[in-house]
Amino acid sequence: MEALALHRLKWKCRRGLLELDLVLNEFIEKRLEEKDLKELNELLEMEDNDLWEIVSGRSDRYDAGHGGIVARLRAV
Amino acid sequence: MRAALELARAELKVAVLSKVFPTRSHTVAAQGGIAAPLANSSEDNWHWHMYDTVKGSDYLGDQDAIEYMCRRANEVVVELEHMGMPFDRLENGKIYQRPFGGHTQEYGSAKMAMRACAAADRTGHAMLHTLYQQNVRTNTQFFVEWMALDIIRDPQDGAVLGVTALEMETGEVSIFQAKATLFATGGSGRIFYASTNAFINTGDGLGMVARAGLPLEDMEFYQFHPTGVYGAGVLITEGVRGEGGYLLNKDGERFMERYAPNAKDLASRDVVARAMTTEIKEGRGCGPQKDHVMLKLDHLGAEVINHRLPGIREIAIKFANADPIRDLVPVVPTVHYQMGGIPAKYTGNVVVPEGNNNESIVPGFYAVGECSCVSVHGANRLGTNSLLDLVVFGKASGEQVIKDARTMPGAHRTLPKDAGDYTRARLARLDSNAAGERVVDVLTDLRRAMQAHCGVFRFPDELTLGVQKIKTIAERAGRTFIKDKSKVFNTARVEALELDNLVETAMATIVSAEARKESRGAQARADFPERDDKNWMKHTLWYKEDNRLAYKPVHLKPMTVEAFEPKKRTY
Repeated sequence: MEALALHRLKWKCRRGLLELDLVLNEFIEKRLEEKDLKELNELLEMEDNDLWEIVSGRSDRYDAGHGGIVARLRAV
Repeated sequence: MRAALELARAELKVAVLSKVFPTRSHTVAAQGGIAAPLANSSEDNWHWHMYDTVKGSDYLGDQDAIEYMCRRANEVVVELEHMGMPFDRLENGKIYQRPFGGHTQEYGSAKMAMRACAAADRTGHAMLHTLYQQNVRTNTQFFVEWMALDIIRDPQDGAVLGVTALEMETGEVSIFQAKATLFATGGSGRIFYASTNAFINTGDGLGMVARAGLPLEDMEFYQFHPTGVYGAGVLITEGVRGEGGYLLNKDGERFMERYAPNAKDLASRDVVARAMTTEIKEGRGCGPQKDHVMLKLDHLGAEVINHRLPGIREIAIKFANADPIRDLVPVVPTVHYQMGGIPAKYTGNVVVPEGNNNESIVPGFYAVGECSCVSVHGANRLGTNSLLDLVVFGKASGEQVIKDARTMPGAHRTLPKDAGDYTRARLARLDSNAAGERVVDVLTDLRRAMQAHCGVFRFPDELTLGVQKIKTIAERAGRTFIKDKSKVFNTARVEALELDNLVETAMATIVSAEARKESRGAQARADFPERDDKNWMKHTLWYKEDNRLAYKPVHLKPMTVEAFEPKKRTY
């Protein structure tokens, strides 16, 4: 994986909510694969509260194309 | 952003620097609401609100600043509404208001005031968005993913002339020269191991102020939330105890019955946090380390948990691996909010002792929000007063900057020749060190030491030992190294720079806590269990140089009304 892309992504995972920091950090450190980059980058454009509702399973309001990454984040 | 908006509307040139995208700052985590005595749902007035805030502060709050905040609360909340902030409403169209801990009618009577205005459970989020959009409209210029590093001062009179800042995208350091520099850099709850704060809350503004030779005020006061998930820190709202959840020790005893026979698990935050800590200290904690207690919710049933406590089940499952419908949830008192900070006036001006003047203005420098100490929260903050603090003092400091700017000459002052050298030297050290301490190790040791030695209950021998430990850790932080020396988007470098700020903040906190020999608000000393107004009704000022401490009196005189005399704080 390209180091620069990873660094950028890592910083984008710094959020306003501790819940997201913890899940995203764990995901990046231990589970991230090359194929996740594009979808995760797109998903991270969402607002913190909306994203947390999706990651925690309380909401399914995400783009159809993001089903894969959402499932992987929910599994963390 | 509230201050930036004021300036942009006055057509001043405004640059807002932010480590992360502005609507992703930690304000998004504020759920409870914003206090304002609008009296939409119950009788209320600013003087009752002022009383509650003074009492809540355990009489360490400055009464003039508190009066100012409470008197301007309605105005700033109505303004937010006019900007389009989606507050919950009553049938008649007015803003809906609900009760919140510590907010009362008639000067502390048993009747609660309905004072908290909210936008569902997303008040902070809605406020950030509203203010961001208004700033976009007024052409405020945002510098996103820029980290401010150090303050530049005029050697003649100490005036602040701007900051150095790192652009993450390029790794380059630039100087932002400004007639007015305003910090709204948030808290530093990450200095503790158990913290509800997001990773970005590294006390950057506080570290910069300390390095610039300016003091930090009342840093010993941090509010602990009783129910953070053990190990993760994620907050479980007070609402769970409101719905009937309660705490158990290792013997399965509902121990709050012993500490607060009437209010039990619904006693105020500091009371519950202290009781939990006592149980753990006395060996009645749960788990192999006996270092937490359990929150019991299973008796409430799935219906209540799922519908009246949205999100709680998901948090418990994800971060504690416990399903509250059938399991106990491990919790521990967790750091939540920093009451101290950069000493500032209600106008936002940063003030420091000089000669006989305890509060001499630092020209060109302002601070607002959790990073500042105005001091409206004193030794303990009331819920919903923090969002109010941001907006009132954001607006007030914006007004003050405009006033101050009008009296300044047109041209910028000349920057000192060595402006930026200090920052460059800090970065050069990181870039040249080939070996040394790993940032993550120093950070973990720092957070563990603060937790062990400067937690909910403070013991004299623990504090003394803790000061020594933090000094050693500070030395280690001076020898950090990073493997990756690349410039572009080097997050390791950013984390090393953040560590420097955390170290300054931790030192300020533990040194101030060790010196304050009384218990007041959030500071609870085992050896001095009572408040001591005779000797300690004063603000602490900590200086980085030699860990020097100074003190200044509390403003006991409000602006226009009679002072509220100190009384024992009971609820």
